[in-house]
Amino acid sequence: MLINWFRFASPISFYPIAGSWSYAFGALAALFAGAGLVIALWIAPTDATQGDAYRIIFIHVPTAWMAMFIYLVMAGWSALALGFNTRLSAMMAQALAPTGALMAALALWTGAFWGRPTWGTYWAWDARMTSTLILLFLYLGVIALRAALEDPRRADRACAVLALVGAVNVPIIYFSVQWWNTLHQGSSISLTAAPKMAMTMLAGILVMTAAAWSYTIAVVLARVQAIIVERERGAGWLESLIQFPAGGSA
Amino acid sequence: MIADFFAMGGYAWYVWMAYGVAALAIALEIAAVRVRRKRAFDELRMSVDAPPAAAAMTRKGTAR
Repeated sequence: MLINWFRFASPISFYPIAGSWSYAFGALAALFAGAGLVIALWIAPTDATQGDAYRIIFIHVPTAWMAMFIYLVMAGWSALALGFNTRLSAMMAQALAPTGALMAALALWTGAFWGRPTWGTYWAWDARMTSTLILLFLYLGVIALRAALEDPRRADRACAVLALVGAVNVPIIYFSVQWWNTLHQGSSISLTAAPKMAMTMLAGILVMTAAAWSYTIAVVLARVQAIIVERERGAGWLESLIQFPAGGSA
Repeated sequence: MIADFFAMGGYAWYVWMAYGVAALAIALEIAAVRVRRKRAFDELRMSVDAPPAAAAMTRKGTAR
């Protein structure tokens, strides 16, 4: 069966889908976060060398991964928006930026509170930390650039270019621990080698990562709904939504 | 027992600052998105009910 993908490219047909997926992924996020927190704070044993301070890792690693991932997804939507001039792609990129900024800020924040007891400092101008700080600034730059431009279609293009140029920073963050001698340690979890940690700790990180993914999908889809209503006002179809604001079921 | 849990082996300040701020930030983001969606709808409703001039006044100060 042939799926008409362009159906999803128009805000009118995407709006109700975004609504129901947002609720579904929100529920998933709550489940994963609940289970993940139980593992992270109770089940996982105290680390032999780091004590209980290592429990910060259960939020640090997922938020740091999400901060990088969201940027790549935002750059991907931006490329689509530039290439095909599709409104919804630009709206998706617009909806991703604040959550990406939040994840980058939380990665830095939790990293500082892990670094202090473990390395003896909240902050160092280490390659990975500095490049992650630049990631946060790139998100803030995209948000500020949009706020500064009056015409939304023009803002779409400008933000798309900035997002794409900034994407070069993501591999720099990812490989920084290999390319430079950093205070930040190398990765403990890899797709190609056995993880360098206990199974319960790994499980905790993976469940918390699932929670971060689900949360991101849920909150970004809810935000894109708001953006659609803000930007498509005046389009006749929106008025039919007034009876069912969230779209879909609820 | 409970006190032991909150003490986090002496790392309470670090652990709870990390978890607490993360929880607070996520709660604020959820609230902000809900407010934004609701406001977008209120403005849509007004722009439908009221003539365009009145609707334009409510548009001020809103993200596009």
